[in-house]
Amino acid sequence: MPTVSVVRDELFRELGKTYTDEEFEDLCFEFGIELDDVTTEKEMVRKELGLADDQMDEDEEIIYKIDIPANRYDLLCVEGISRALRIFLEKQATPTFVNDVAEGNEVQTMYVKPETALIRPHVVCATLRGVTFTKESYKSFIDLQDKLHQNLCRQRTLVAIGTHDLDTLKGPFRYEALPPEKIVFTPLKQTREFNAKDLMEFYKTDLKLKQYLHIIEDSPVYPVIYDSNDVVLSLPPIINGAHSAITLDTKDVFIECTATDHTKACITLNTVVTMFSQYCAQPFTIEPVKVIDQFEKERVYPDLGLKEFEVNQRAVCKAIGVDIEAEKIVSLLQKMQLFVEHKGEGNLLVRVPPTRSDILHACDIYEDVAIAWGYNNIVKELPTCMTVGKEFPLNQLSDLLRSELAMVGFTEILTWALCSVQENFVNVKREHLMETAVTIGNPKTLDFEVCRTSLLPCALKTLAANKDAPVPVKLFEVSDVILVSDEHESGAKNERRLLVLYSGKESGFEVVHGVLNRIMQVLGVPAELDNNNSSSNGEKGTGSDDAYSWRESQDKTFFPNRQATVLHKNKEIGIFGVVHPEVLKAFDIVYPCSALELNIEPFCYDQHGNSLL
Amino acid sequence: LYLLQQCQENTMELTPENILGYINENNEVSNSRDLCTKMNWDHEKLFGICMSLVSKEMIVDKMHSDQIRSLTAEGRKVLENGSPEFLVYQGVGTEGTSKADLEKSLGKGVVNIGFSYCMKNKWIRFDKGTGLVTRSADNVHDTVSEELQNLENLDNSKLNLYKKRKMVEMVKQTHFSLTKGPKFALEVKTYEATLTADMIASGSWKELDFKPLNLSKGVKGLPPNGGHLHTLLKCRTMMKEIFLEMGFQEMPTNNYVESSFWNFDALFQPQQHPARDAHDTFFLSDPATAKDLPADYLKRVKEMHENGGSGSIGWRYNWSEDEARKNLLRTHTTAVSARMLYQLAQEKEFTPKKYFSIDKVFRNETLDPTHLAEFNQIEGLVADYNLTLGNLMGVIREFFSKLGLTNIKFKPAYNPYTEPSMEIFSYHEGHGKWLEIGNSGVFRPEMLTPMNLPEGVRVIAWGLSLERPTMIKYKYSNIRDLVGHKVDIDGVQKNTICRRGLGN
Repeated sequence: MPTVSVVRDELFRELGKTYTDEEFEDLCFEFGIELDDVTTEKEMVRKELGLADDQMDEDEEIIYKIDIPANRYDLLCVEGISRALRIFLEKQATPTFVNDVAEGNEVQTMYVKPETALIRPHVVCATLRGVTFTKESYKSFIDLQDKLHQNLCRQRTLVAIGTHDLDTLKGPFRYEALPPEKIVFTPLKQTREFNAKDLMEFYKTDLKLKQYLHIIEDSPVYPVIYDSNDVVLSLPPIINGAHSAITLDTKDVFIECTATDHTKACITLNTVVTMFSQYCAQPFTIEPVKVIDQFEKERVYPDLGLKEFEVNQRAVCKAIGVDIEAEKIVSLLQKMQLFVEHKGEGNLLVRVPPTRSDILHACDIYEDVAIAWGYNNIVKELPTCMTVGKEFPLNQLSDLLRSELAMVGFTEILTWALCSVQENFVNVKREHLMETAVTIGNPKTLDFEVCRTSLLPCALKTLAANKDAPVPVKLFEVSDVILVSDEHESGAKNERRLLVLYSGKESGFEVVHGVLNRIMQVLGVPAELDNNNSSSNGEKGTGSDDAYSWRESQDKTFFPNRQATVLHKNKEIGIFGVVHPEVLKAFDIVYPCSALELNIEPFCYDQHGNSLL
Repeated sequence: LYLLQQCQENTMELTPENILGYINENNEVSNSRDLCTKMNWDHEKLFGICMSLVSKEMIVDKMHSDQIRSLTAEGRKVLENGSPEFLVYQGVGTEGTSKADLEKSLGKGVVNIGFSYCMKNKWIRFDKGTGLVTRSADNVHDTVSEELQNLENLDNSKLNLYKKRKMVEMVKQTHFSLTKGPKFALEVKTYEATLTADMIASGSWKELDFKPLNLSKGVKGLPPNGGHLHTLLKCRTMMKEIFLEMGFQEMPTNNYVESSFWNFDALFQPQQHPARDAHDTFFLSDPATAKDLPADYLKRVKEMHENGGSGSIGWRYNWSEDEARKNLLRTHTTAVSARMLYQLAQEKEFTPKKYFSIDKVFRNETLDPTHLAEFNQIEGLVADYNLTLGNLMGVIREFFSKLGLTNIKFKPAYNPYTEPSMEIFSYHEGHGKWLEIGNSGVFRPEMLTPMNLPEGVRVIAWGLSLERPTMIKYKYSNIRDLVGHKVDIDGVQKNTICRRGLGN
């Protein structure tokens, strides 16, 4: 969520009213923005430097940091926030934005060369005439471009904005794409000429600009905008030319937005001109620019046309769950900057101004009615539909087994599904199984390289982190591991496992073996008969298909001759044994351990044995 | 005869019976220490025996404490070796000596003190010219050491003097007095500690006396050695029960790996949306892409993103199937909700549904005390014809009131796949402010239409994390103390049952 800093007193001046912090917070809450922080410029600096907060000067200007919904680009500057709130408070009507060319002015033209299609195909432009900047509005103008670049323009990948002092330039303009060596100009804030290739090299150490270089760096041609005297306006999306830089005294501002996404270019341009045309000689009047594309097709920007939606009063009420008259809806929507015409019989024609690019569908208009009505004035009613509750069978089985494991004296742990290759494979001597793991492409730390393929490493990690726990330590977890699987749509699947870990002065092999037997006993799965003898504890074994058994195994994770795999319906579904001392050493565990890890999915069936997976 | 009697008494052994006999004759023991002196008994031992008689209610004890005069370590030294002044006097000898020689034989500490008292007592003299120390009294008496032997009879001024010289101090000494108890007898009966199977079989329990229990505060029973369920999962069970009570059906969420298609595109989240950035989402290098996506549905999703339809103007960009096939670790369980709703739309006849899930989701976030790269998302949704925003608020109110949060309000918010969208706030008495506790909204028509859900069907949904309410309930400030390998096992074992509500 973007945050916009506004000077409190400036905002209150615009709103024509002074609020307490609480009152303003309530207004924000109602409107759907959030007063995130009340601070001062100096305090922000102090915070950045990690200094104490206590020496606050009395005369510090209070700054409100306001969180803005991510789709409301019109609220990214103080002009937009105060205008939207004034309209919401019915202190101002929504302005009508006009494309117009004042007498004596010439419409500017931008010619687009076909090569731009190779790197950044779109450009849209507009001119603001007779602008009067103050120090504050100039700063806000620059900040808005920054905010747009960060959010809607996706760090300039989709759109880049260039603003120029038109008096220093002479149209018509050309948008071209040329080999970098051929583009030579003096960039903003520099005093000498560079060719674009050298410039990219030069900016590799620039903290702010280096993050944008990748957008065009590897392209054989770079986008560039020239005026009719071959003056470089900008090398989008990296830097503007020094020649046409705007200043506090600039009167006529030429705006160009180059883009890979035409829709977003138009929204960006519209946002800039609808916000800052309020400072023009003719407020809210924008001088259009002709863009002649590579096919010589002419289009005029900005497109300030109103989007039209037809909504019906009954549909609005039915969606929200309120009973509001059509005329009331008209006035509510006006508070949200929309133009509405009641066509009779509850049919409303809603015209959406270019500031409200977030409105895509009638449902967005329903929301505006609900906000203007007040969310908390809506009557809350339970849905009337009759449905029946039901658990997911695998989760139900897991919960039943979790209770059983707690009953036999084990303590539940809950570990992460993400881990390092070292823990998941190397520490447990399973390097040969690396291909079975789902691998993260963009981990931020080594801790999250793969999804776990076994619950054992996580449990050993937990044990190692609890060295103070009195022995024997008895832990369990019932959770998912994630395995690569060709049979699944995504190429991976979860598998529900049960893990039991015993750690004491002696290895406790019999303990985990006993837990296996107990789990099977409560699952109602009989032990397979060995040579038709009943097992040593007098329990009757069986030879049926449903039985489980165990046999010696050679798993590197476990100690030789102290381990066995668990078999059910001729499939290996688990393993138990004494954990290998080298594994313990890798996890820095001093006491011997035994573990059981079991896939419980084969036992997710109903009372008749039908699978519920 | 008197002497003989005393002699007999002094040889009386310290036994429970003898103590009881003494009390029987004298009716009481007024001061245990006096008795010990008289009988030559060890006070500690007497105390032990009496306490066991007290526990059997044969006698009643009363504790007293006195301030008594006692020798300090310094005082005991004097008693043993003589006072410093006496030692110095002796050390000077008849021939006299130098101060340095004195210090050599007696130590500096003794000489410093002893010398000045000797001078004061005029026992010695010191020739400044020659440095020679000689006796000036022929014969002296070590009164200090004599007086210390007889502490009890010292007058107060003397006492204060020795206190100042740190030879005597006042210490607290306890003694006790004894009187007959309700079960007084001359013989000590044996008491049984516990009821045994043998006693029941033989009926001997009827004759036996049982030792009274120690039920004083702070004395606890043996801790049971059963197992324990994890704190977070106890809360999961509570949440699950609330959903089941409200008629919700649990969704199968056991697929952490999801395609971008189901995680984002199906939810009408545009492909350039910041959430789809590698900074926020774990993308997979293996398996990097999903294989099978429902072709027809995919086409309709593409159309909706690019050109809109059904009243929507769409996002108006070029939608890429390759982007949609990119695999990731799901960032929300809403990916599963999308699958469930798509399946529901494929049914012959629409029936209203209430779905819920509580399961893991993943965010490529920087870790801090309240954020992990994985957490559990709680999600509830209702699908039916003609659901309203008021219905969503109603179902949310019901859900949270079952959690004990009755004071809630809604704030307009933005969510890419719901419209209207609302953040849910609850007033927290402890923090004294409104806290955000969840997010909610009505699924956008652009999400539902491509699934082919019948027109007029609306889906309302809300979500929250499981960790946040659990941390509030069990007062955790660092999430890593609650989940992950650094969890404190002892904490898991000691946490309370999970009652409804966030108070605990």
